[in-house]
Amino acid sequence: MTPKDNVILEVKNLNVEFTTDDGVVHAVNNVSYTVERGKTLAIVGESGSGKSVSSLAIMGLLTGTNSNVTGEVFFNGKELVGAHPDEVRKLRGDEMAMIFQDPLSALHPYYTIGDQLIEAVLVHNKISEEAARERAIEMLIKVGISSVEQRIDEYPHQLSGGMRQRIMIAMALINGPELLIADEPTTALDVTVQAQILELLRELQKEFGTAIVLITHDLGVVADLADEVLVMYAGSAVEHAGVRELFYEPQMPYTWGLLASVPQISVKKEKLDPIPGSPPSLLNLPIGCVFEPRCTFKNQVANNACVEKFPELLVVSQNHEARCHLSESQRIAIRTDRKIGKINK
Amino acid sequence: MFLMLTLLSIVVFLLFNAVPTDPARLTCGKSCTPEVIAANRIRLGLDQPLLTQYLEWIKGFFVGRTYGTGSATFECSRPCLGYSFRSGEEVTTLIVNAVPVTMYLALGAFTLWMVVGISAGIVAAKHQGKWQDRTIMGIALVGYSLPVFFVGLLLLIFAIVRWNVLPYPDYEPPFEDPVAFFQTMLLPWVTLAILYSAYYARLTRSQILETMGEDYIRTARAKGLSERVVFRKHAFRAGLTPIVTSAGLDLAGLLGGAIITEYIFSLPGLGRVAIGAVTDYDLPTITAAVLVSAVFIIIANLVVDILYVAIDPRVRIT
Repeated sequence: MTPKDNVILEVKNLNVEFTTDDGVVHAVNNVSYTVERGKTLAIVGESGSGKSVSSLAIMGLLTGTNSNVTGEVFFNGKELVGAHPDEVRKLRGDEMAMIFQDPLSALHPYYTIGDQLIEAVLVHNKISEEAARERAIEMLIKVGISSVEQRIDEYPHQLSGGMRQRIMIAMALINGPELLIADEPTTALDVTVQAQILELLRELQKEFGTAIVLITHDLGVVADLADEVLVMYAGSAVEHAGVRELFYEPQMPYTWGLLASVPQISVKKEKLDPIPGSPPSLLNLPIGCVFEPRCTFKNQVANNACVEKFPELLVVSQNHEARCHLSESQRIAIRTDRKIGKINK
Repeated sequence: MFLMLTLLSIVVFLLFNAVPTDPARLTCGKSCTPEVIAANRIRLGLDQPLLTQYLEWIKGFFVGRTYGTGSATFECSRPCLGYSFRSGEEVTTLIVNAVPVTMYLALGAFTLWMVVGISAGIVAAKHQGKWQDRTIMGIALVGYSLPVFFVGLLLLIFAIVRWNVLPYPDYEPPFEDPVAFFQTMLLPWVTLAILYSAYYARLTRSQILETMGEDYIRTARAKGLSERVVFRKHAFRAGLTPIVTSAGLDLAGLLGGAIITEYIFSLPGLGRVAIGAVTDYDLPTITAAVLVSAVFIIIANLVVDILYVAIDPRVRIT
C-alpha cells in the first residue's frame, strides 16, 4: 500500500504464547500492522486482548523463559524477532521507547528524577554527565515541568501523578526515538490531567516526528489522537481501519459493542449497553470466530459458519479491514437499525 | 531510645526480683544459718524497699556502689551491675569477659552467612527454575531444617573427634593466640552460618524475584540498560531493604548470646553466662544478661532504621 521507507514499524503475523502449568496461553495470534513515520496507531481492546503483550514483544521486553514470540517485526527494515537481545536492547530507549500505565510504579522509587533521566541518556550516548544533565533539564522543560532545577533532584514520590507521567514521557523521548509505544498512558490519571498528557503527546509528536503506537481502551483517546486504529479481541486483530472509517463505518460486532458501550450525554438512555459475556480463555480459544460466543448477530450467518470457521481479515474498503462472516448488506442493515456509527456523514 | 532503656531496666529488674525465691537465701549453701542469711540480706541491700533497691542498682551502674556497712564493705565500681553471690564476682566482670567472645562468634558467623547466603540467593534468582536454582534451594531447605545442636554436634564429632582436623575447642582471645582462636571459632561460625545462610539464600532469592517483576524494572529495561545494570543498580538495591531488617535483628539476637552453639563448643560467651546464671538462680547475672541482649536489639533496630534512610529516600523526612 505504502512505500517501504515511509514505514517505521511493520508487524507481520506476530504470535505470542506463554507456557504455563495450565497449558499454552495464546496471548497474541497472527497480528499484522504497519506504523508510518510520524503517525499514530491506536490499538484498542479490553484487558487480556493482547494489546500490551504484543507491544512488549516488539520491544523485546518479554524476558520470561516461558514466553515464545514468533512472526516478523521489522523496525526501520530491521528484523527484531529472533535478533540478538543485545541488538534489540541497543534500539530500546534510543530509537524506540515505551511509556507505561502507572507512572508511580514505573519510576524507580530510590533514584531521583535526574538520575533516572541521565541514566537514560548515558546508556546510548557517550557524553559527560553534565551534558546529560543539561539534556535532561531541557527535556523536562519541554514536557512542562515547572521549577525544573529543583524538581530534577526530587524523588518520584514527591511528585503528582501527572508530573510523573510527564517525566516518563521526557525519559522516553530524551534520545529522540522514531517510535514511541504508549501503553495506556492516561489510564491511571485524573481526567483533566489525561487531557493535558494527550495534548503533550500530540505536541511532542509534531516536534519530534515520532510515530506513536497508542495502546488504550478509551475510545475518546483514540478519536483524539489516532490516525489508524487496530481493534484487538482475544489476541486477534478483528478490525483495522483509519480513525474516521472506524468511527463512521465500523464493520464488526465487537467494534459495534465497543462503540455502543461508550456513554453519550446527547442520547438519553436508561442504562449503558455493555457487551454481554466475557472474553474466551486464551488457553482454549474457540475454533470459529473468537467473538462468536458473545456475538448477538451470529444467527444471521448461514451454515453455523461463526462456530466453525474464524473469518479472515478482509478488505472492506480502502484503508479498512475487518473479520466478520456477516455480508456487507447485513452489516449496513444492522448499523442503520442500531444507529451505530454515523451513516449520514 | 533512652526512655525505652529506662522502661526496659525497670521491667527486667522487677521481673527477676518478683521471682518466688529469696535472693538472700541463695547467697550461701546448705549449711546456712538464719543469721548468715539475715546478715547477707542487709549486706546486699535486699532489706530495702523495691524502689530503693532499683535506684541503688541504677546508681551502681552510673557511679558505682558500696555493699554492706562498717568493716565488711565491698566496693563495686561503676558500671556496677550487681554482685554475683554465686561466682563471687562482680557481674560487670562476668559480662565484660563474655561479650567479646559472643561478639567474635556473632560477627564471624554474620559475615560468613551474609556472603554465602546472599550470593547463593542471587545465583538462584538469576537462574530461576534451572538446575542451579533447584540445587541451591534444595541445599538451603536442608540447611534450614537442620537444628543448630545437630549440625554443631555433627561437626564436633567428625571434624574434631573422628578426623582430628581441628584441635579440641579451647577459647583463646584473637590477639593473644590468633591460630588457636581461628581453630576454635571456625566450627561455631560454620554451624551458625549454615542455618542463617540457608535462610538468607531463600530470602534474597524471593526478594530479588519479587523486585525483578516490578514495573520500574521493566522501565529500566525499556531504557535499553543491560541486564547487568538492571540487576545491580535497580533490582538489588530495592530488594535489599527486607534483608537489612532481617540481618540487623538476627545479628542483635546472636549478640545476646548463641546459647546452644556456645555450649557445644564450650565458648565462654554471653549465652553461657546467661544459661549458667539461670540454672544457678544467679539473679543479678540473669538480670544483667537480659539487659545486655536487650540493649543489643535496641541498638540494632536503630542501626536498621538509619540504614533504611540511606537506602530508601521515601523514608526520609521532608
